[in-house]
Amino acid sequence: MSVEVVLGIYVFILAIFVGFEVISRVPSVLHTPLMSATNAIHGIVVLGAILVAGAADTPLLHALGFIAVVFGAANVFGGFVVTDRMLEMFRKREKDSKDA
Amino acid sequence: MLDLRHSAIAASYIVAAILFIFGLKRLSSPATARSGNRVAAAGMALALGATLLDQQILSFTGIAAGTLIGAAIGTYFARTVQMTAMPQMVALFNGMGGATAALVSVAEYLRMAHGGANAGAGEATSIVLGTVIGAVSFTGSIVAFGKLQEILSGRPLQFPMQRAINGVLLLAIVALGVAVVTNNGGTVALWLVFLLALVLGAMFVLPIGGGDMPVVISILNSLTGLAAALTGFVLHNQMLVVAGVLVGASGTLLTLLMSRAMNRSVGSVLFGAFGAAPASGSVSTDLASRSIRQTTPEDTAIALAYARTVVIVPGYGLAVAEAQHTVRELATDLEKRGVDVKYAIHPVAGRMPGHMNVLLAEANVPYDQLLEMEQVNGEFAQTDVVLVVGANDVVNPAARDDPSSPIYGMPILDVDRARNVIVLKRSMGHGFAGIENALFHHEKTRMLFGDARQSLTQVGQALKDA
Repeated sequence: MSVEVVLGIYVFILAIFVGFEVISRVPSVLHTPLMSATNAIHGIVVLGAILVAGAADTPLLHALGFIAVVFGAANVFGGFVVTDRMLEMFRKREKDSKDA
Repeated sequence: MLDLRHSAIAASYIVAAILFIFGLKRLSSPATARSGNRVAAAGMALALGATLLDQQILSFTGIAAGTLIGAAIGTYFARTVQMTAMPQMVALFNGMGGATAALVSVAEYLRMAHGGANAGAGEATSIVLGTVIGAVSFTGSIVAFGKLQEILSGRPLQFPMQRAINGVLLLAIVALGVAVVTNNGGTVALWLVFLLALVLGAMFVLPIGGGDMPVVISILNSLTGLAAALTGFVLHNQMLVVAGVLVGASGTLLTLLMSRAMNRSVGSVLFGAFGAAPASGSVSTDLASRSIRQTTPEDTAIALAYARTVVIVPGYGLAVAEAQHTVRELATDLEKRGVDVKYAIHPVAGRMPGHMNVLLAEANVPYDQLLEMEQVNGEFAQTDVVLVVGANDVVNPAARDDPSSPIYGMPILDVDRARNVIVLKRSMGHGFAGIENALFHHEKTRMLFGDARQSLTQVGQALKDA
């Protein structure tokens, strides 16, 4: 195994622990926004789509890369915007409960 | 090996990874959640910007056009979707992410093959797994979307030989995948893997009942994260690995938390076909022969007006009727009369955990009026009137009392312990689990049939005269 692969596996394993730790105490109120936000974060795969689309040298690769970029960008932008809309309402509620 | 450009990209990726982690951390608390989402979005912007510096990129035209189109579609739907349709929106975006991962994996393999290079065993394995998981997540999410949007039936769809067919599909995918990894299959084998995985994803979710969709979406969400991480191995891009695995791990944890709230193991969600064979026969015929007692908006208003304590139990019917504002107005009017009003939130009421919290927050219901199941269950015995607005399975006492019920063991709101129960419901139809509810036949239960928003409006008007 190359050093790069071994390092990749290290990153993989450490990220699993971080992913578990960082959200281990989330109130159920936030489950839906959290799912929606992580949904937006996996839109990071659009990076891969950009690299593939940018390096494409056949019509088929151009087409695949293009579709992948469209889907990936929709995932990222839609995901973050929809999460923000959900959380915007939480902020209002916070303010309300302070006023009360 | 590290020129300035590479260093800039690498440094940006590290900062972006830190922003993702901090963003997720802030998302775990209501006070900081919104800023958490924005921190994560900033991380995404940084990672995207840095990637554009990559020297492999020959042309920006396709990238710019694709990003603009995708961003426009995503933003438009995210801005215009009704709050009630939020769960299926998440499913749809998740499907798009899965499709991206699968397409990236296939395209990278084609590029290697086109260049005459054989993919190494590690890369080829990542390509096959990324393709399969991404494709399954894509069609699985589309089916979940169809079920939640009620384009497809929410009831479990079963057909003969289902498991056998799925097993054959899986075996074929494994065999073809091995052929790709050992360089015996070539591009045709990978395309077949892709197509069969698309079929498998749909076949996998079709037999699962609509009531289990939250758990399914959560599983598919973490699968897409994993697929994204696998493309990171293929493209030697650590950013993809870190962000993908973060989602994969946190999504898995979220899935476990949700199944725990429903008292169902992930395995039984995926393979149990919940509600496919409801405990029919004796129990339901017994229930059907028992009478129900209807009430009117006027009588409901009087019962509420002269109660000391009222607990409102919202469910999916509230979301469908978009009655969150109406229910809040009614609660405010009752409070003006000195009635103590609380909301009881079951963790899986609606179609997603926290679905009801989001809806009620939209209607500006104060945070301290929302009680979680554990808090509120002790209070029902002292509650004068429970108003069930379009909830069904989460208040079904069979989950507590009837070991033969398919939902036996699921924690429920013990509304049958209150003095009076008024159930707002469209008809005597079944809940998402497709089973009878003895609560509706209970002697202290009154049924108020009709659209939840109309019924609540009528009750509100009657309350003014009460």
